Amino acid sequence: MFGPLTSKPGSSQANKTGSWRMGKKPKFLQKNCIACKMCILVCPENCVLGGEKNTYHCDYVYCKGCGLCAEICPKADIMMIEEGEQ
Amino acid sequence: MKKFLEGSRAVAEAIRLCKPGVISAYPITPQTHIVEELAQMVANGELKAEFVNVESEHSAASCVLGASATGVRSYTASSSQGILLMGEVLFNIAGMRLPVILTCANRAVSAPINIWNDQQDSVSMRDTGWIQLYVENNQEAVDFHFIAYRLAEDKSILLPVMVCMDGFILTHGIESVDIPEGEKVDKFLPAYQLPYKLDVENPLTLGPLVGPDYYMETRYAIQQTMKDALGVLPKLAKEFKEIFGRDYQDLLVEEYQVKGAKKVIVAMGSVCGTIKEVVDQMRAKGKKIGLLKIMCFRPFPYERVYQALKDVPKVAVLDKALSLGAQAPLAEEIKVACWGKKKAPKIISSFVAGLGGRDITAESIKEIYRRLNQKEVSLDFIDLKPELLKEKYG
Repeated sequence: MFGPLTSKPGSSQANKTGSWRMGKKPKFLQKNCIACKMCILVCPENCVLGGEKNTYHCDYVYCKGCGLCAEICPKADIMMIEEGEQ
Repeated sequence: MKKFLEGSRAVAEAIRLCKPGVISAYPITPQTHIVEELAQMVANGELKAEFVNVESEHSAASCVLGASATGVRSYTASSSQGILLMGEVLFNIAGMRLPVILTCANRAVSAPINIWNDQQDSVSMRDTGWIQLYVENNQEAVDFHFIAYRLAEDKSILLPVMVCMDGFILTHGIESVDIPEGEKVDKFLPAYQLPYKLDVENPLTLGPLVGPDYYMETRYAIQQTMKDALGVLPKLAKEFKEIFGRDYQDLLVEEYQVKGAKKVIVAMGSVCGTIKEVVDQMRAKGKKIGLLKIMCFRPFPYERVYQALKDVPKVAVLDKALSLGAQAPLAEEIKVACWGKKKAPKIISSFVAGLGGRDITAESIKEIYRRLNQKEVSLDFIDLKPELLKEKYG
């Protein structure tokens, strides 16, 4: 008899890691963005989306609130805000 | 072919015939000769395997875990502290259902440091999810490795198997051993096929994180599979006998003069040879005594043990390991097997002997049979030296 032992690639989408956030979430200001894509590269959940300047945002269903995007942004165009704020 | 071989050498010959693709081990007394011999075979080109030298037993176990997960037959061996250092990975190997085979050259555990034989190392790993087989002599040490691979790789089982052989007594003991023909082993043990494996062409995660939603089912499945293994072993014993000619009964227990016996000792490992000698001597004098040898300790064959012991009035259990502060590990199982039954032994006494390599002589065994004339012993040490004990530290 076997229990659940293996998983196929892509199955991490099943884990809604947004529930792991502990109070803070990133806010993409979309003002001084130069589209360097550092926020996309550094995100451990691969949940930052965007293409042109000032179009970047993230999927809060998966964002764990680690703050790496805000930390790495060279233009300080991402800030960490309280969970309840807009 | 019959050969006069050291136990370790005989095991290495058996492993060569099993054709593992990856061997990884870290040397530790008394396991060293096994892996030394295998390394030599690989270097000489007699065994086409990857021998991975590592910096610790934790790495050795991790290495065979990885190898097994890619679908390669894998082997490792260790003893004592090495087995303990592997501990974390042993749980992982079983949890990931990888059919790794490990030889445990049984040795006492520190402190105080002691390189000689008892069974504390493997017995301490009884809850890892590994199947544990204990051998009496070097012929069993050879044969049980073929059986171990067959059992581990059975599609309905897929659990690792630890073959436990007493350090020095067997690993360094020289006996006449039949090393079977390679064709016979190939017939009994076909090439290894895993139903799932790590493969870059077909990506898969083994052993991922699971939450409370999934974990319990993985443990339940192992618990059920352990019971299934009790059913597979007798079938393997039958098939083994057909090919190799040696009869291991049901591979769970061996009854030696148990029928009609008034007193029986239950034990496992090489001490069973000494007990058989004493049984023969005392049976010749008309004493109705016997031995129940446990070959499979995990899964534990409770029903089989009960059937063997139900008509025996007095039973002594001989442990070569302890669960400090509680009942002795094997005695505990025997008591559970007989608990709550209407027809059961009147006395089940528990004795511990041979810790840290203290010889268990024929006289020690006779002492145990004698002690069965008295009231039940909850746990006592045989051949203890009270003169070495004192109340003050130092």
